[in-house]
Amino acid sequence: MSPLAEPRLTRHWDDPSVVAIDGYRAAGGYEALRTALGMAPADIIEVVKASGLRGRGGAGFPTGMKWGFVPTDTGKPTYVVVNFDESEPGTCNNRELAERDPHRLLEGTAIAALAIGCRTAFIYIRGEYLWQSIVLERAIREAYEAAVLGPDALGSGTPIDVVLHRGAGAYICGEETALLNSLEGLRGQPRLRPPFPAVEGLYASPTVVNNVETLMNVPDIVARGADWFRSVGTEKSPGTKMVTISGKVERPGNYEVALGTPFREVLEDLAGGVLGGRALKAWTPGGSSTPLLTAEHADVGLDYESLAAAGSMLGTAAIMVMDETDCVVDAATRMVEFYAHESCGKCTPCREGSWWATRVLGRIEQGHGRPEDLPVMRDLGRNILFKAFCALADGTASVINSSLQHFADEYEAHVREGRCPAKAHDVVEVVA
Amino acid sequence: MAVFEGRAAEEARQIIGRYPAAHARSAIMPLLYLAQSIEGMISREALREIGELLTITTAEVEGVATFYSMYRLRPTGTHVVNVCTNLACKLRGAGEVYEAAHEAAGMVHGQEVSDDGTLTLHEEECLGVCDFAPAVQVNLANHDDVTPDRMRELIGALRAGEVPAPARGPAFASFRAASRALAGLDGEPV
Repeated sequence: MSPLAEPRLTRHWDDPSVVAIDGYRAAGGYEALRTALGMAPADIIEVVKASGLRGRGGAGFPTGMKWGFVPTDTGKPTYVVVNFDESEPGTCNNRELAERDPHRLLEGTAIAALAIGCRTAFIYIRGEYLWQSIVLERAIREAYEAAVLGPDALGSGTPIDVVLHRGAGAYICGEETALLNSLEGLRGQPRLRPPFPAVEGLYASPTVVNNVETLMNVPDIVARGADWFRSVGTEKSPGTKMVTISGKVERPGNYEVALGTPFREVLEDLAGGVLGGRALKAWTPGGSSTPLLTAEHADVGLDYESLAAAGSMLGTAAIMVMDETDCVVDAATRMVEFYAHESCGKCTPCREGSWWATRVLGRIEQGHGRPEDLPVMRDLGRNILFKAFCALADGTASVINSSLQHFADEYEAHVREGRCPAKAHDVVEVVA
Repeated sequence: MAVFEGRAAEEARQIIGRYPAAHARSAIMPLLYLAQSIEGMISREALREIGELLTITTAEVEGVATFYSMYRLRPTGTHVVNVCTNLACKLRGAGEVYEAAHEAAGMVHGQEVSDDGTLTLHEEECLGVCDFAPAVQVNLANHDDVTPDRMRELIGALRAGEVPAPARGPAFASFRAASRALAGLDGEPV
């Protein structure tokens, strides 16, 4: 669903026929791939660069530039790897995009493959998306049978293969170098960079790793051009973005909006406002890894720059809404438990810091907090942020630091009153 | 080979063939799912045989198998019920749903398999179904907007030998059947 005059990524959502290849082609599908097959790879990269498309998986890196970094003269194969590990808490737009329009993902993937001279592309889908993986597998089979993919893609003489690979339940595999290790059959732990995947990625070969939503923008960019793409969104954040809004709202769901749309419009116009008409208390703009914002930030635009200026990040644009009755310490405890569970164990600040943070946060939430616990939490946050190999640890620190920044009173009330103010019961038993 | 024999041996070769010949090790994850579909869990013998198929050590296979939460290395119920309790689901009552699952299954926290062997309950991190929270999976098939009462119905049906129809896609008759689909294979488990 989308408030846009001209929906882009969700254009086919009211047309279930596009799930099958005939329906997709009847809707104009795979014509952009045909166009791309007639273009020089450098020209494909150029139009994507000119569009200003930025990675939708969280980091926001310019996609065309990423493709341009891939050397094609090393004598090694090059690889496109689709990051469909979508595991950031609160995020589920890739799931619905692929479920409703699977061939568009294959088309975007195939065009990316052409841009970097890749013969075999891999889609790494999280294991929990079993149904979506079956939808994609059917789509791949159809595309081979129709000779859209395979040794002679669309009769061009160019081979394009797509291999589907299922993950097995590890958030860290959304980190691109951990994903590559996982795809190589190793534990999903991140790699030291440099070398970056563009130079040494999958099987030590030049590799582009792109998010599902990023690639699903590509067919339209090739078909309609960079200016068309830039006609929506902001100067530095062009295009549309899928947002997932969940938690305490009337109509949770995935919505396509122009980048720069104020959060308040998404909350009130699309999601129907806070559940039960209660007051907004806190929200994550881009999943649990992005610093919490509050009701004061309700008019901030959902784009890379505006959210950075507000002290957070666009991330995956996964908005989880908490209302006035929700306890921020309780929510922070649950989010940090997630990071403790998902830490791959490689780096001490992440592995030990997240575990200790669950102990201290849990103690505060249970009503056994000590006055010195708040400085301990601040210290933990400082010593986790930017102190580990990958950004998983920064997610832990974001939860700790932002909840303390905006809701210090609530932490202090827990310690002072010896209980969670949001919960009816009093804590009687005190554990030393 | 005791685990990968007959049809399973052929399927293991087919899985290895999905990846570039020089990089057979990439097949380790689907091979672990295949083993899980055969045994209902992953045994030491399966780890050893996968190592043999890929010419790596059992320890290397075990290192991978223990890293990921969707591989079960201990006895597992016929059906696996996953309950997401991460924030988006928690805000809409997942904690109560998770308690209701235990109560209906007659299981205590930390108990891996119900006394009758039919159920394993698993507390999940975000399942990516935040738009239909609280999210539950029965043998990896999704059930949306699950209330405690609905959870009790789901558990009751499973204990009575029925697999409830999910919100989207097919139901899987067992955790073994879901594991086979996770290996990218059609049809019934061996």
